[in-house]
Amino acid sequence: MAQKHRLRRTMMFIPGNNPGMMRDAHIYGSDSLMFDLEDSVSMAEKDAARQLVYQALKTIDYGSTEIVVRINPLDTPYGRADVEAMVAAGAQVLRMPKTETPQDIIECEKVIAEMEAKYGRPQGDTLMMAAIEGALGVVNAYQIATSSQRLIGIALGAEDFCANMKCQRTTSGAELQLARQTIVVAARAAGIDALDTVYSDVNNEEQLLYETRLIKELGFDGKSVINPRQIAPVHSVFNPAPKDIEKAKRIVAALKEAEAKGSGVISLNGKMIDKPVVLRAQRVIELALIAGIISPAEVE
Amino acid sequence: MLKIITKAEAGTLESGDIHIEIERNETPEVEIDLSSTVMKLYGRQITQVIRETLSELGIAGAIVTATDKGALDCTVRARVKTAVYRACQSSEYAW
Repeated sequence: MAQKHRLRRTMMFIPGNNPGMMRDAHIYGSDSLMFDLEDSVSMAEKDAARQLVYQALKTIDYGSTEIVVRINPLDTPYGRADVEAMVAAGAQVLRMPKTETPQDIIECEKVIAEMEAKYGRPQGDTLMMAAIEGALGVVNAYQIATSSQRLIGIALGAEDFCANMKCQRTTSGAELQLARQTIVVAARAAGIDALDTVYSDVNNEEQLLYETRLIKELGFDGKSVINPRQIAPVHSVFNPAPKDIEKAKRIVAALKEAEAKGSGVISLNGKMIDKPVVLRAQRVIELALIAGIISPAEVE
Repeated sequence: MLKIITKAEAGTLESGDIHIEIERNETPEVEIDLSSTVMKLYGRQITQVIRETLSELGIAGAIVTATDKGALDCTVRARVKTAVYRACQSSEYAW
């Protein structure tokens, strides 16, 4: 069942024409799986990958893991066929690559709606996400993020973005700073998720952790990963630390106490607590609950 | 209606996959030559999935050479269907 709002710390790429990886992709604990029909599949194998992902989605039980499929752009010979097959297969989310304008989303949504009608899926059941991979997409980020009720999030695709910007990826990430901040602000303003690009060197965990901490500080909800080994490090950054959870519990308890007394002023250890602090504490508790770090009984 | 026009193949020899080669049989029979890393345990089942998939697509006369590397049933179905559509030079998929 597709859910617009859910935990998306990690979204793991699975090449769409690799049945060996598809079989057990969900056992590693990624919050979402993204089957790729686009860049990881050669043009000669587009039909094979589409058929393979279709059969896998119809057959394999991926449990509570979110199922996303990256389709080919609609202006290629493969995009429309991808949408048809994946809507028929029951994919929860379709990821649009190289989104540059709100019109890209609107046009894709029309095809999705047509296929939902054709295959008897409820209208609006198929959700979407947009990958922003160029300068124009960054400039239009808010318009893209608000172009459809089906959108669950917008994501940065750094390699294509850097190629478009005529710059190189660096360890500091300076070349992505404006794009990341623009995307996260647009996503927040639209009330949807912001998801960061992949880090492709699977042997460099230190740099993966650096990038993940950086994007978490900017406000991102999660990061795309390309290997199961990258899941735990990314989750370790996004999961709230035990000391933050304890502090959040005390703040939420103080809130409940104030509400019980009918007081509008929340105080803890003699200090007044502002509303944004309460909101952050509630977010920490929510994350800890969804990630299974604490049980609901601990915050009742 | 699907009709085999040419010889075609789909799939790979990587672990978890199956390579399917299909060509037209002049008689309305399905001949399957299967080799598999799990022949003893699953040979019969793989053959059955190939037959069922061909029957579902309305293919009566075909010679299939299959090399299995431990594919799931859904992978077998996907590779057979891809090979058939390629052999029929058709993109009128029935999802």
